[in-house]
Amino acid sequence: MTTVITRPAPARRRYDDVEPGTRLPGRTVTVQRGDLVRYGGASCDYNTIHWDERTAEAIGLPHPIAHGMFTMALALSVVSDWAGDPAAVVDFGGRFPRLVPVPNDGKGVLLEVEAVVVEKLEAPNVRVSVAVRLDGAKVLTMPRTIVALA
Amino acid sequence: MALNVACVGKSYPPSEPYEVGREKIWEFANAIRDPNPVYRDPEAARAHGHPDVIAPPSFPMVISLEAERQVVYDPELGARNQVRFVHREQRFAYRRPIRAGDVLTVTVSIAAIDIIGDNDVITFESRIDAGGDEHVCTAKSTFVMFDPERKGEPAP
Repeated sequence: MTTVITRPAPARRRYDDVEPGTRLPGRTVTVQRGDLVRYGGASCDYNTIHWDERTAEAIGLPHPIAHGMFTMALALSVVSDWAGDPAAVVDFGGRFPRLVPVPNDGKGVLLEVEAVVVEKLEAPNVRVSVAVRLDGAKVLTMPRTIVALA
Repeated sequence: MALNVACVGKSYPPSEPYEVGREKIWEFANAIRDPNPVYRDPEAARAHGHPDVIAPPSFPMVISLEAERQVVYDPELGARNQVRFVHREQRFAYRRPIRAGDVLTVTVSIAAIDIIGDNDVITFESRIDAGGDEHVCTAKSTFVMFDPERKGEPAP
């Protein structure tokens, strides 16, 4: 399990300092089976498809799959870190075009988060598009993430 | 498997009140591996103008998923027991962040029932209120439901 060390809260990003095309600092995250168990417990999602090999095999999956919302949470941290306050992330929606099977092999899978400012809306809002990839293929798309900047 | 489309528009009673605890937020923030102090330290949260620690944006899943799962077992909807469902889409629209001390209720309604391929796809709209009547967030959740006796990966 990953030990989480807190750090000072970042300053709130300003609307005037952002332009369309601005890339947010991305992130790559290794996800292992234990992370799924931990997220399932914390989010009260006990669906066996996220941890049980037999359930996955019974429906033709190679391994239990990551919770879509775990993937989304990993992606949202990129946006909230950039914005400087998670409360700035006021409206977001995502779709899961592919499942993320996570083998219990001690290595897991590597997810890559990328995000870019698409347009400036009426101040203080901007629209950010976020995507998460596994082996180059999108597993989460969030084209309309509305961020209220300072 | 075919869901009863007459249930589109049906609304369900609010869920049991759920009090958001600082420790639950801390646990959730650890699980999503986000070290932001506004999830843990009331002083850091106050520095951003929040009265107490706030919850990560996807935190309402803690209560919305279970409230929606209850609806799946409404006999009128006609879903089979043991039905499996896979998340297809999720949206949250906030009026204000959720914070420690909020007492939340979820009011679920069925927004849409569609068929994609061989699978039923159901969309819930869940209104999340604090203190009974302060609308703080709306969740929109879409799940693909599929028959566990039929093999093959559902197309999400």
